[in-house]
Amino acid sequence: MPWARWLLSLLLLVLAAGLGYAVLSLPDQAQQGLQAAVAQQMDRSGVEHPVTAVLLNFRGYDTLLEMVVLLLALLGVWSLGGLPPVRPEPAPGLVLDTLKQVLVPVLVVVSAYLLWAGGHAPGGAFQAGAVLGAAGVLLLLTGWQLPRRAAGYPLRAALVAGVAVFLAVAALPLIGNRQLLEYKLAHAGFLILVIEAFATVSIGVTLAALFFGDDPADKEQG
Amino acid sequence: MSVPFLYALVGIGLFCLGLHALIVHDHLLRKILAINVMGSGVFLVLVALARRGGDSPPDPVPHAMVITGIVVAISATALALRLMLKLKAATGRAELTDKDGD
Repeated sequence: MPWARWLLSLLLLVLAAGLGYAVLSLPDQAQQGLQAAVAQQMDRSGVEHPVTAVLLNFRGYDTLLEMVVLLLALLGVWSLGGLPPVRPEPAPGLVLDTLKQVLVPVLVVVSAYLLWAGGHAPGGAFQAGAVLGAAGVLLLLTGWQLPRRAAGYPLRAALVAGVAVFLAVAALPLIGNRQLLEYKLAHAGFLILVIEAFATVSIGVTLAALFFGDDPADKEQG
Repeated sequence: MSVPFLYALVGIGLFCLGLHALIVHDHLLRKILAINVMGSGVFLVLVALARRGGDSPPDPVPHAMVITGIVVAISATALALRLMLKLKAATGRAELTDKDGD
């Protein structure tokens, strides 16, 4: 049906033109943006980088639920059950094997640096977690398998550590009659670093587990 | 027209290209990839429009939203790929078919 293709292209061109017009008609200077509001509150955030301050302090609720979304996706993937094995047994060559041994420690160090840099420069838990997840994917691709004894509770502890620590830090102020997710200014920087450290591990492990697909604990039983 | 608007227009182009591929292609892997391209377009629009202030630092709130969005997109993509593999294992085809045929 060529005419349907043409009609679709035409409609999409109209959509693109409309969206383009909407963007171009925005004011050149973002007077109503939030950077002034963020800059005003920066010295109360405990960190020096505005994006980290927004993510972990001003809009901490979003980030907490985002960690839950990652966990939910993994639960969804695991709940679908295993697949018939399609992957042939990997037989990494000498080059890939050596590369893995060199790269994985470097990736772990880079991840830790990104985590630390998040306080004052672009970086933070999600970038660090992504690098850690890449290290995990590299390990899985070269035939590494999670040790049997780590597949059960240790893996699950690593998966939920980020959300659990974040929730604990968020709920602690409630005891002192303060707000959920409110940090004391003196502790804010330290608390954010603790949350981000655990979140990094959880994000990295979750991403690698999403790549692997099957629940490693399931595989042993079946 | 300043540079941020150019990037935003590229983002809109990506979004529409992805929408086209999403509608045209039958294979679910292509549909998943198309949704990811659309998402990248949206992220590009958000990041670009946050930079409109000229030399002043960019608005950090859209940047934080994009980070959140990327994580959600990765999660959704992983779940979608798994669903596709299960569908392939169950029906032998990685495509959705109407009951009465095309």
